[in-house]
Amino acid sequence: MAPWQVVGLSRWPARRALRTMKSTENSTSRDSNPPVAHRSFIETNVTRNTAADTSAASAAAGTSAPSAAEILPELYRQMSIARAIDREAVNLQRTGALPAYAPLIGQEAAQVGSGAAIDKRYDFAFPTYRELGVAVAMGVDLTGYMATHLASWHGGLYDPVASRFAPIQAVVAGSVLHAMGWALGQKLDAGLAPVGRAPNEASAHDSSNPDANEPAATEPDTSSAPIGAAIAYFGDGASSQGDVHEAMNFAGVYTLPVVFFCQNNGWAISVPTENQVAGGSVSARAAGYGLPSEKIDGNDVAAVYEATARALNRAHSGGGATVIEAMTYRVGPHSTSDDPGRYRSLDEEQSWRARDPLKLCEKRLRDEGLAGDEFFTEAAAHALEVSEQVRAGILSQVDRPMHELFDFVYAEPPAALLAQRDRALEEIS
Amino acid sequence: MTMTADTRPRTPHTETRHLSMQQALNLALEHSLAADDRTLIFGEDVGRVGGVFRVTDGLQQKFGAARVFDTPLAESGIMGMAVGLAMAGWRPVPELQFDGFSYPAMNQVISQMARMNNRSRGTMPMPITLRLPSFGGIRAPELHGESLESLFAHVPGLKVVSPSTPNEAYHLLRQAIADPDPVVFMEPKSRYWQRGDVLLPAPSDTESDAATAEHETTTPVGTSNVVREGKHATLISWGAMVSTCLQVAEYAAEDGVELEVLDLRWLKPIDAAGIQASVSKTRRAIVVHEAPLTAGLGGEVSAIIMERCFDALRAPVERVTGFDVPYPSGALEDAYLPNADRILNAVQKTLEYRRG
Repeated sequence: MAPWQVVGLSRWPARRALRTMKSTENSTSRDSNPPVAHRSFIETNVTRNTAADTSAASAAAGTSAPSAAEILPELYRQMSIARAIDREAVNLQRTGALPAYAPLIGQEAAQVGSGAAIDKRYDFAFPTYRELGVAVAMGVDLTGYMATHLASWHGGLYDPVASRFAPIQAVVAGSVLHAMGWALGQKLDAGLAPVGRAPNEASAHDSSNPDANEPAATEPDTSSAPIGAAIAYFGDGASSQGDVHEAMNFAGVYTLPVVFFCQNNGWAISVPTENQVAGGSVSARAAGYGLPSEKIDGNDVAAVYEATARALNRAHSGGGATVIEAMTYRVGPHSTSDDPGRYRSLDEEQSWRARDPLKLCEKRLRDEGLAGDEFFTEAAAHALEVSEQVRAGILSQVDRPMHELFDFVYAEPPAALLAQRDRALEEIS
Repeated sequence: MTMTADTRPRTPHTETRHLSMQQALNLALEHSLAADDRTLIFGEDVGRVGGVFRVTDGLQQKFGAARVFDTPLAESGIMGMAVGLAMAGWRPVPELQFDGFSYPAMNQVISQMARMNNRSRGTMPMPITLRLPSFGGIRAPELHGESLESLFAHVPGLKVVSPSTPNEAYHLLRQAIADPDPVVFMEPKSRYWQRGDVLLPAPSDTESDAATAEHETTTPVGTSNVVREGKHATLISWGAMVSTCLQVAEYAAEDGVELEVLDLRWLKPIDAAGIQASVSKTRRAIVVHEAPLTAGLGGEVSAIIMERCFDALRAPVERVTGFDVPYPSGALEDAYLPNADRILNAVQKTLEYRRG
């Protein structure tokens, strides 16, 4: 097995131009504080399985996604939105509106490309704190997403269950194991055990015992509905955490429907990948856990989309987990509290700016006749419009009421905690 | 020596069975698995072999490898998976094989399990019961005899409970599993093989949550239990130390000293009202626990008594605990653990105390 491969641009033939694509965002709500989400073209405007689809992303289990070429203009639009909000957020931090922010600039392709491949009917994303592009692609309420950076609520103020996007995770690798548990839950829902049968189970099922459970088969079953997949986001720094290794081992042993999506952005705050990742590659580690992997160009949004869709299809059809290492670059600082000038050269940053994911995508769209000036003008205007909505949403967020300190600590709070709450509220009033 | 005295009836019951705590826990797990098909049991060696203490014995055979399954040997992975399963709507009952093995899982327990309901603003509750064989007394290797209740009780979002008898074990475990919040269930491993009467609900109720609901209304989470009534002082304890305290009460009774024994059961939330009711009556209190003294839960109990019983107290609250040392090897275990002599000395000191 070739443990990883680099997927290049040339896989997809030029298709029809989508210059006339309409804007689909929900920008006109009269609600005073409306959720701002970029509604994905992928979800709303594409009838699945109708394109003459030759891409690897269309394979199995009734979850065929549109090909990358079909949705490349939409991916560009989403990357534009992510970048516009990112720029707005940095500005808001500089003016004091946001206490801190972790910019994503440079990683738009890795995030939007993977997020766009997620099928929200089945899948669930587990982000860390730098996944704005995924949130854009998945249609998460973006004001609610930015609430974490506004310090309104750690996990954000969007609905994680309805959004299929777990609460924002401040600890690197903290959520990777959650993706294993969630994925195992999908496997159990499909009537599959984590591994083979219990020693006496086979005979129990062969008897007429009406209480016996369904047989615990482990063979992939591609005939039925797709198994929901979890996609776990983490970085090259997080790959050093033991939880990532435990997760890959669980995923291998249990054949879990999971996509490990590593954005290798070159830097974990000030430590470069070469001082972080022994062996030089996160994806190469997958072989040790018996998992397939791909090392891809993380700045090529089509490549990211296709690789993620392939991995999700494998998971949906019972084929288990995949490790994707998307090679990208954190063009900005780790956070607005950081100064990259102390640890890396401007030349290095400039060389990566030349591989800017939006520029690469624009070039391809123009070269292949998929989009022209009109499209790019519209995309820029649309991105600005969405980012202004998010800005307005951020600035209109109100202070959190004091009782929220206590409201969600428990589903059934002990009386002692309620007494603390009542006394605190009384003392402040 | 009587150790199973339950002075309060629990749920209406129709059957009494004489079981070891290990058997009672096994039965509770079986009934909980039957009551809710989203309940899952997993951990190291809990499947085929039925757990190193056999608490999950036979459950995989009864319920299948999709409900009861072995995990790789990775405690952080076990607890992180439990969080993810709960996020997907399951009711996980993971086992960590020994108390000290929870240390590698602490990040997932504290940073994730305890906080996810809060982080998600109540949209992702964590009905997880972490079963943790706990405390010392069995001459086990290093890190197999830890008493971690004060660590867990200090973490917002967790509930902590420890049973003292087979009957308590059955009912508290069912209650913990039914609870919508994460519960650390500390099983006193030195008492696994001691037997006692278990008052079971009607057979028709054992495989539903009806009995648990009934129990919850009569004995809500956070309720302590007076296991022996007395009037001269209250011994306050939990887990394995409750039976030691009952033994001490027997000795004291020979000298005409009537000790009340309060089994806290829940270490978070602590039954402050129950402590107050007992100590207001006896006016003297001795807290007994295996964990080290400093920042142990005895300090919290003592503070509750000071806040609620200041005027009633005839003597300072005594604490009889382990020492501020690593839990020792078997050769020194008896020297470490609170025993009858140390507890009786504390009782005597309390009784002889004179103000000024």
